[in-house]
Amino acid sequence: MSSKAQRQPAAITLLVVAVLATWMALAAFPFLWTLWGSFKVEGDFFSKADWFNALTGTLTVAETGGRFTGNGYYGAWVQEEFWRAALNSLIVCFFVVTISLTLGTLGGYALARSTYRYAFWFLLAALIFRAMPPITLVSGYLPVFFQWNLWGHTATTIIVLVAINQPFTLWMLHSFFKNIPAELDESAMVDGCTRFQAFRNVIIPVMWPGVITTGLFSFLLAYNDFAVTAMLLSKENQTMIPKVASFLGTTQTKGNVMFAVASVVSVTAPLFLMIMFFQRQIVGGLTAGAVKG
Amino acid sequence: MTLCITCQRLGDREVKHKSFFWFVLPSALAMMLFIFFPIISVIVQSLHVEHEQVIRKVESCDLFGCKESTTIDQEATAALRAAEPLGQFAGFKTYLDRNHLATKEVGTTWKNTSSWRDFGAQMLNLPFYKAIGFTLTFTFVVTPLVIIVGFVIAVAVNSAVRQLRGPLIFFSLLPMMITPLVGALILFWMVDARGIIGATLQHLAGDPELSVKASTPLMWIMLMVYGVWHAAPFAFIVYYAGLQTVNKETLEAARVDGANRWLQIRHVVIPHLLPLTTFIALMQLMDNFRVFEPIVSFAANAHATSLSWAIYNDLGGETRQLSSAAATSVLTIIGVAILLSPVLVRTWRDFDRK
Repeated sequence: MSSKAQRQPAAITLLVVAVLATWMALAAFPFLWTLWGSFKVEGDFFSKADWFNALTGTLTVAETGGRFTGNGYYGAWVQEEFWRAALNSLIVCFFVVTISLTLGTLGGYALARSTYRYAFWFLLAALIFRAMPPITLVSGYLPVFFQWNLWGHTATTIIVLVAINQPFTLWMLHSFFKNIPAELDESAMVDGCTRFQAFRNVIIPVMWPGVITTGLFSFLLAYNDFAVTAMLLSKENQTMIPKVASFLGTTQTKGNVMFAVASVVSVTAPLFLMIMFFQRQIVGGLTAGAVKG
Repeated sequence: MTLCITCQRLGDREVKHKSFFWFVLPSALAMMLFIFFPIISVIVQSLHVEHEQVIRKVESCDLFGCKESTTIDQEATAALRAAEPLGQFAGFKTYLDRNHLATKEVGTTWKNTSSWRDFGAQMLNLPFYKAIGFTLTFTFVVTPLVIIVGFVIAVAVNSAVRQLRGPLIFFSLLPMMITPLVGALILFWMVDARGIIGATLQHLAGDPELSVKASTPLMWIMLMVYGVWHAAPFAFIVYYAGLQTVNKETLEAARVDGANRWLQIRHVVIPHLLPLTTFIALMQLMDNFRVFEPIVSFAANAHATSLSWAIYNDLGGETRQLSSAAATSVLTIIGVAILLSPVLVRTWRDFDRK
């Protein structure tokens, strides 16, 4: 590769460097900027005088004595009880991921091994369902959920998110199972296993890479969701994203927008770690559907 | 013995109907209950409106004679609403009212305006047309831009030194993996008149009053910039993976034939990546059509709304306007169906040929 790079004319190398530098600035800078700013006071992060104050922290020094302050984090996590929302998010994400994967592996496996026409129709229906904006479905849930007193509970939201997740999970696991040779489970069945036993004893041990990747995306969907969680959860069961949105309504007037900034950084941190540890799986997952489809 | 095993093998190549059914049942049930039925529920709800309040006539007599007055019978209203929670059947009334298709208003506007431009401007004052106008513009501007930007980044990363690629991909993934609401907030705060980008823009334009929040065109541009920023990494990753599988020999042959770098990209790389482009375009059309969170984050609803936002707005707030939200939802679903139809027809034909 380095030999190829040396053969490149200088102008092209320069262009490549320029494109990459610009893109890196666009992709990474907003996050670094917000992380840095979350340790300042509002007067610095949103500086009327000069945005340069956000770097030097003039007002932060004047108001708190130090160059950095944890006031935003204290306000969000302790005063406004963001920890409760974090806990709720953890519960919702855990159950959505486990249930999605359980249902998805069963369905995905059967779809991958069947060539009947109805399997195709099933996948096509899933694709159509994948295209439905979640908020349109929410307006279908609300009248029924109010009627039957299902509204506001964490369990309801978990099941709804699992269902909204299913089309994607099925497609992804279906394409992963297609890559596991069918001879494997067939030979198990020749040895007298039933279809389910073959699945349990032969397929489950080798399916983990695909399941982990799909699990990451299920997690992201549950974690990032705003439309469903904002509309279906009562205040005490709220997850992090609707909580961040509620900070905008209540605290911007009080001048405590820094609570929102601190909570935004808190929401980003786990995603950052996730990309760091699972970069290869995420890239693999994004391309799995495309390269084969 | 051997024969028997062969028979069994042949029989087992397919998942039997019965086991297929049991394997698929849980996810089919989940999708049936929480995706298919809600769609039906939305359609039914959109054809009904809430019961009007029950009015009771009360006759009160005094020295000067009897008077008839009307009061709202709260109890009877509540009872009626509890007995028939759907409300009363209204047909397509909700669809045609001012907040949706607004047939009457469109008719008058059509008669009273002389030019197309004027007509368009008037239409954008109607909530539904304002929402669909922005949604469609967003979808059809952001989707091609995402494809182009993603491709450029993929080509650039692909010609970077191998050691750099890991970190490059890591940082590229950030804008895509970030929660849309949160990502949009991060940009919004920077664009704020008191934020770093907003202040720089004011400085560049030489206008200290310049504010993205106050200007409709700037707000539209900002939302679309966010859309591209958020989705370009997806196109990049898919293209980057595609570039790894470009046939080296074909490239070499093109080089030997004297094709320069651009011609190689034009005639070898782009055709190779074409199927991926269809995939990205399909995913992006679906995702961009539901644009929603950035409008909440940017508090942009004075300048730009989307179909999803309109539904959210009806559902939230003090009075939940379920019927209005349902009608917008049905119209949105029709929009999604139109958007998807070419893909579905093609997939179906491909399968039929097999």
